[in-house]
Amino acid sequence: MLLINCPLCGPRAQAEFNFERPVETIIGVDVPTAELVERLYTRTNARGPSAELWRHARGCRAWLRIERHTVTHVIASVAVWEPQS
Amino acid sequence: MRGYSAWALLRGGLGGHRHWRPAWRSPEPRKQYDVIIIGGGGHGLATAYYLAKHHRVSVAVLERAWLGGGNTGRNTTIVRSNYRLPAYQALLEHSLKLWEGLSDELNYNVMFSQRGALFLGHSDSDMTRLAERGDALRCAGIDAELMTREAVAKLVPLLDMSDKARFPIAGGMIQRRGGTARHDAVAWGYARAADALGVDIIQQCEVTGFAISGGRVTGVETSRGAIEADRVGIVVAGNSGHVAGLAGLRLPVESQLLQAFVTEPVKPMIDTVIMSQSVHCYISQSDKGEIVLGGDPDQYPTYSQRGVPMRIEEVAGQAIGLVPALSKLRMLRSWAGTTDMTCDGGPIIDETPIANLHINGGWCYGGFKATCGSGWVFAEQLATGDVHPLARPFSLDRFATGAMQDEAAVGPMPNHR
Ligand SMILES: Cc1cc2nc3c(=O)[nH]c(=O)nc-3n(C[C@H](O)[C@H](O)[C@H](O)COP(=O)(O)OP(=O)(O)OC[C@H]3O[C@@H](n4cnc5c(N)ncnc54)[C@H](O)[C@@H]3O)c2cc1C
Ligand SMILES: [Zn+2]
Repeated sequence: MLLINCPLCGPRAQAEFNFERPVETIIGVDVPTAELVERLYTRTNARGPSAELWRHARGCRAWLRIERHTVTHVIASVAVWEPQS
Repeated sequence: MRGYSAWALLRGGLGGHRHWRPAWRSPEPRKQYDVIIIGGGGHGLATAYYLAKHHRVSVAVLERAWLGGGNTGRNTTIVRSNYRLPAYQALLEHSLKLWEGLSDELNYNVMFSQRGALFLGHSDSDMTRLAERGDALRCAGIDAELMTREAVAKLVPLLDMSDKARFPIAGGMIQRRGGTARHDAVAWGYARAADALGVDIIQQCEVTGFAISGGRVTGVETSRGAIEADRVGIVVAGNSGHVAGLAGLRLPVESQLLQAFVTEPVKPMIDTVIMSQSVHCYISQSDKGEIVLGGDPDQYPTYSQRGVPMRIEEVAGQAIGLVPALSKLRMLRSWAGTTDMTCDGGPIIDETPIANLHINGGWCYGGFKATCGSGWVFAEQLATGDVHPLARPFSLDRFATGAMQDEAAVGPMPNHR
């Protein structure tokens, strides 16, 4: 289980969080169809570093940007989500 | 290949069992094959077997580690064809028919046990959905039987049927031809039979790159050197995204974990497969006597094959809620497999945008039941270059055209299935 250091609450168990989606799949409402299909329906799915949107759903409920390794599970950074990031 | 039979076993026993030979060769890779299959799980080995059996081609299966060490050897072995959408019904029913003759076909006991696959309904709306699915299945010629609450209680006497039950049971739907099989035996049986037909099975051979020129694949790079091939099939389940990435491709796949759990072995107590329309937990009893449990995936991207402990508590709680007697058992082991979760929950069986590079993956957490049928259709695809009609609904471009195969109807989020 991951130990996620929420910038607002401190270190908490993964059980309090929901993974939402990879950052690369977040799109604006007005993107062209081809880009929409590409971004919504494909994934880099790296066996390695991954940038993701999570939510501290059973805590402060903040949206978080987490950079994480998908094999070692080492968490490089956790930051409160800024929509433009 | 020496056939296995009761007579051979008896004769071997009289000779002190010195007659056993390795079930397949371990050849050095050749410089060139007509077809290379990447991945020595059930799907890759079944593909190799049907290729060698139905077509005159030279075939190698390249496996990074050992045969069946991926999801084939980690799954909870439920086999059934009672899906709701027609494309799944057709492919999985073709597969189920192959399962029914598989031990004879391979001369290998895969312990396919048609003990019935039961879905519990917990409410009126569950029962309506089960009835609707059952009708659709029967229209497609697939067996489905709606069961009353009393019939369910009789079939599985240990279910909590009391009025205080955590998951009240309103009835169920059963596919009597569904059941379980011995997962390792499926990999080993296909491997042995494919080897006997001349397929080179090469273990400890990781594909690390592709030779691509003029938009076509011409071979692979491996940890044991370069190998040329006319056609290459990627059949690597949880590693689909990674291996396709080596060819510069991006897939509609997110790799997540599914866990399984077994208890200590006990005398027979559950002789069917229990699943539910509303709770994700599923329960069966292995031939060794262990109670085999599964539940929700871990729902975040990881290749680690290490499950989150919170799932243990959740699955155990659901299982005990359904069958209270399970609370007396000790859980012996848990493990996880990396599943290739797609953006509509359906597999991808297609040629990639790189000519002669084909893929059969994205089976998510439900591809064991499809092993035979998936191998069957993919063998034809790798032999002829054309996608088999049963596999066409599972094309790569369906995400762009909107022809999604979304059995769970939850949209493009692999972690919401
Ligand atoms: C816990 C769990 C429970 C499940 N329960 C069920 C169930 O009850 N019923 C059901 O129908 N399905 C179930 N499934 C799903 C099912 O196990 C899979 O869909 C199916 O077994 C996939 O088979 P495969 O041959 O495609 O993959 P695998 O058996 O995973 O084989 C892929 C192989 O590719 C190899 N490989 C990977 N990368 C490379 C490389 N670069 N070079 C060479 N080789 C490589 C791997 O080592 C592996 O052996 C479950 C899965 C899990 C994890
Ligand atoms: Zn928080």
